[in-house]
Amino acid sequence: MTLALVLAGESLIARPSGALFWPDQQLLCVSDLHLGKSGRMARRAGTLLPPYETRETLLRLEAEIESTGARRVICLGDSFDDSAALDGLDVDDRLWLTRLIAGRDWIWIAGNHDAGPLDVAGSHRAEVHLGALTFRHIAEPGAKGEVSGHYHPKARLAGKAWRCFLADAGRLILPAFGTYTGGLWCHDPALTGLMQPGALAVLCGGTVARAIPMPRRP
Amino acid sequence: MNRLPAALSDWFAAKGWTLHPHQWEMLARAEAPATLLIAPTGGGKTLAGFLPTLAELTESPAKGLHTLYISPLKALAADIRRNLRTPIEGANLPIRVEDRTGDTTYTQRRRQRADPPHILLTTPESLALLLSYEDAPRIFAGLQRVILDELHALAESKRGDQMTLLLARLQTLSPTLRRVGLSATVEDPPALARFLAPETGILLADPGPPPDIQMLETDTAPPWAGGGGRYAMAAILEQVAQHRTTLIFHNTRAQAELFFRDLWLANTADLPIGIHHGSLSREQRERVEAAMVAGALRAIVCTGSLDLGIDWGDVDLVIQVGAPKNVKRLVQRIGRANHRYNAPSKALLLPANRFEVVECKAALDAVRDGTLDGEPRGPGPRDVLCQHILLTACAGPFDADRLYAEVLTAGPYAALTRPAFDATLDFVATGGYALRAYDRWQRLKQTSGLWALRDPRAAAVIRQNLGTIIDTETLKVRLKNRTGGTPLGEVEEAFAATLTPGDTFLIGGQVVRYEGLREMTVEVTNQPGRDPKVAVFNGTKFATSTLLTQRILDIFQQSSWPDLPAHTAQWLSLQREVSRLPDTDTLLCESFPHDGREHLVVYGFAGRNAQQTLGLLLTKTMEEAGLAPLGFVATDYATLIWGIDAVQDAAPLFDLQALQEGLETWLAGNAVMKRTFRASAIIAGLIERSHQGRRKSGRQATFSSDILYDTLRKYDPDHLLLQITREEAMRGLIDFSRIEEMLTRVAGRIETRRLPRLSPLSAPLFLEPGRIPVQGMGRERLAEDAARRLMEAAGLA
Repeated sequence: MTLALVLAGESLIARPSGALFWPDQQLLCVSDLHLGKSGRMARRAGTLLPPYETRETLLRLEAEIESTGARRVICLGDSFDDSAALDGLDVDDRLWLTRLIAGRDWIWIAGNHDAGPLDVAGSHRAEVHLGALTFRHIAEPGAKGEVSGHYHPKARLAGKAWRCFLADAGRLILPAFGTYTGGLWCHDPALTGLMQPGALAVLCGGTVARAIPMPRRP
Repeated sequence: MNRLPAALSDWFAAKGWTLHPHQWEMLARAEAPATLLIAPTGGGKTLAGFLPTLAELTESPAKGLHTLYISPLKALAADIRRNLRTPIEGANLPIRVEDRTGDTTYTQRRRQRADPPHILLTTPESLALLLSYEDAPRIFAGLQRVILDELHALAESKRGDQMTLLLARLQTLSPTLRRVGLSATVEDPPALARFLAPETGILLADPGPPPDIQMLETDTAPPWAGGGGRYAMAAILEQVAQHRTTLIFHNTRAQAELFFRDLWLANTADLPIGIHHGSLSREQRERVEAAMVAGALRAIVCTGSLDLGIDWGDVDLVIQVGAPKNVKRLVQRIGRANHRYNAPSKALLLPANRFEVVECKAALDAVRDGTLDGEPRGPGPRDVLCQHILLTACAGPFDADRLYAEVLTAGPYAALTRPAFDATLDFVATGGYALRAYDRWQRLKQTSGLWALRDPRAAAVIRQNLGTIIDTETLKVRLKNRTGGTPLGEVEEAFAATLTPGDTFLIGGQVVRYEGLREMTVEVTNQPGRDPKVAVFNGTKFATSTLLTQRILDIFQQSSWPDLPAHTAQWLSLQREVSRLPDTDTLLCESFPHDGREHLVVYGFAGRNAQQTLGLLLTKTMEEAGLAPLGFVATDYATLIWGIDAVQDAAPLFDLQALQEGLETWLAGNAVMKRTFRASAIIAGLIERSHQGRRKSGRQATFSSDILYDTLRKYDPDHLLLQITREEAMRGLIDFSRIEEMLTRVAGRIETRRLPRLSPLSAPLFLEPGRIPVQGMGRERLAEDAARRLMEAAGLA
């Protein structure tokens, strides 16, 4: 079950997967895919994590595209775990990604992990303005109608940690969509300082997207 | 060598010491390649182990490391250093003794590598670290003897498995190395001997007189339920007053805390009493240890942290509060009293509730009959082998054939096949995934036949992660003040997460108020006189042995209980009246509402692990039947399941075939498997331990090991780490065969008693630690309710 949100007059849908859908624009937005994370870990630290997170992330992304029928996709940054991650992708995963992009208006927004130019189809932007909304990787103070990612917010409810959207009148922060991603507690000063009083946390990860007041204390 | 050098024998004579027969015998066997000495506490085991070393070093004091002493406890190493100093300084022997543990300073450790002492006292983890250095061959080349203290304790865990691999390594570095194992009384000495070395001589010391052990009966009856034995404060204080020094053992830290607080409230005579357990800060524990050694304390309330052979001076009484859970451990604990050979140990058992009266009775009978319990350990786990391969690679390039041959000499790995070894090596080198993704980024690379770290800088990270003890995540607790605050101890992160400012809990015997979390430290203020929210931070959780369980069931089957205190006999009669007592022919289930939730108790008496598996499988069936289970907890006797809806008839839940089918799918997603996987993944070097300091920033960069588990299950179900997790679970945590055995035995005779309230027998289950949540529709419903209440409270709904 999804949850309807309104930001700067635009009607949006928070999905239990952690993706955001904008029906008027047929637009699906996901953040922080961190594709190729296991490859980067292997290169940097020598830790050999199971190299399956890219296909798992693509599988879930494909399912979201299919069930929403989105014609436009915005990846809000940190789509690749670093600029070398793309080259390190398995051939099959790379083909799969190309298939997903084909025939869609696909926008890659630069993040701090993938700031450099990327050799992958789609358009590459620092930020995107569409209708009343601005899409960028990291939230900016005082922004209006801003959709961003970066922080991987998570919240605790009923004894469990949930990935979550954070929403107030001015901005929306998306949870990380990538498989190998952790989270930052909502009560972290980085997030409490950013979100206005009365902000909501929309918990996802289960079958339902569910709103609670944003927890500001541990 | 069966005589003492003159310097030593003269000094012994001057002190009026005479050696015990087994101490002479150890001298006589000094040249044997491996000896296991089994002696009761107070039998001078440690001196017996060191005598040949002292003799050899006195005769020919060559430079370099001669003897390595390994104990499972850091405190033991420091203690032994003090004790060895007495004869060495007394007899003026030219022997240098040093200890090396996690507490040893960096400078000291560097110096020890450059110029090792004659005798080095250390722990398995510190030895693993030493062996990971490139100069290990030089340090250990002349090693003559290795002494493993408290071998019975080491052999029960992965630390012991790792220890045997380290021994194999040491033997390669110094082929003339002789091994000595020191152990308390165990049920199967030959098995422990094989663990130490393939050919080990066993030396059994005189076990001494039988212990004087009784149940402490009090004027007040023990409560129906509850732990901690606080009802018996007056009787216990009386015992403390009548003895020189009393050790009061508890099974969990939380219980020890509550008991300690109440003991002080009742301690009108102001007897000096201290507390000692693993959650307390090191400063606090050291203070208690020092006071103890100085004889300044009349009693110490403690947990397993005092279980091992530290010399605590003049203890003349041991009180075990709560059921001992395991006869062998009880016997070893009793040995703490009267630390003198040939004097009977004196111990009292204090059952904390009426169920435990039965358990204590069963344990007393077992001690009197001289039966000990213990589960044989299976073959050495491969996650430990993964770590050993990494450690070996840190020390330098190695040859796979030779490493395999060396590993086979370690007792638990004697039957390891070459394909199993190769798969383990492949995991360490490449990750061992079906998808060969890392051809360029292997962890180990083979060049000219030898395996070596691809990036030598990786050694630092590997060293940081050595060891097989996986701690639950803990947070430090500090008193809040301007100067940073006095450290009080540690609590589990999960416990800290349940606190809201203003909550009170017990730590170090004082009630404190939770103020907030600051940089991963729990800040508290003193709050004397307030009632604490119960401290639920981690304590050692023991499983009752199969032997004791069977004895308890036998006691239940008596028609009356003349041997039990009247209150307990009445309690069992009451259970018989309102429900029934479990027996071997019928599977008894009870269903009742309690505290706003529905509960189902299954008295399978199949042992904790099987009862836990039963809990997992039954909750899964209940989830499918729409009964919305929320969680369960298992003990050796029963599984308690709670949920939103009532179970009227439990029998349909026990279809054996459905349970068997459930087992496979269940392996996929449950919390126990994920916890097992996490521990194995850390030991095997797939993920790093989280270090307190590093967690402060960038937390969104780390993610839960559950995600790795789920990913592997989906894309690489035969991966080595999943094999290890399954082996581990089948061996310890699943124990499905006992469920099958039980269901075959009762042959469909499953009786569900629907009761208006909890039954006398079920009450203790509500206090069991280790509750496991069920992530299903029940929890979704709770989350839904909680979310709605929060939104309403905020005026948003």
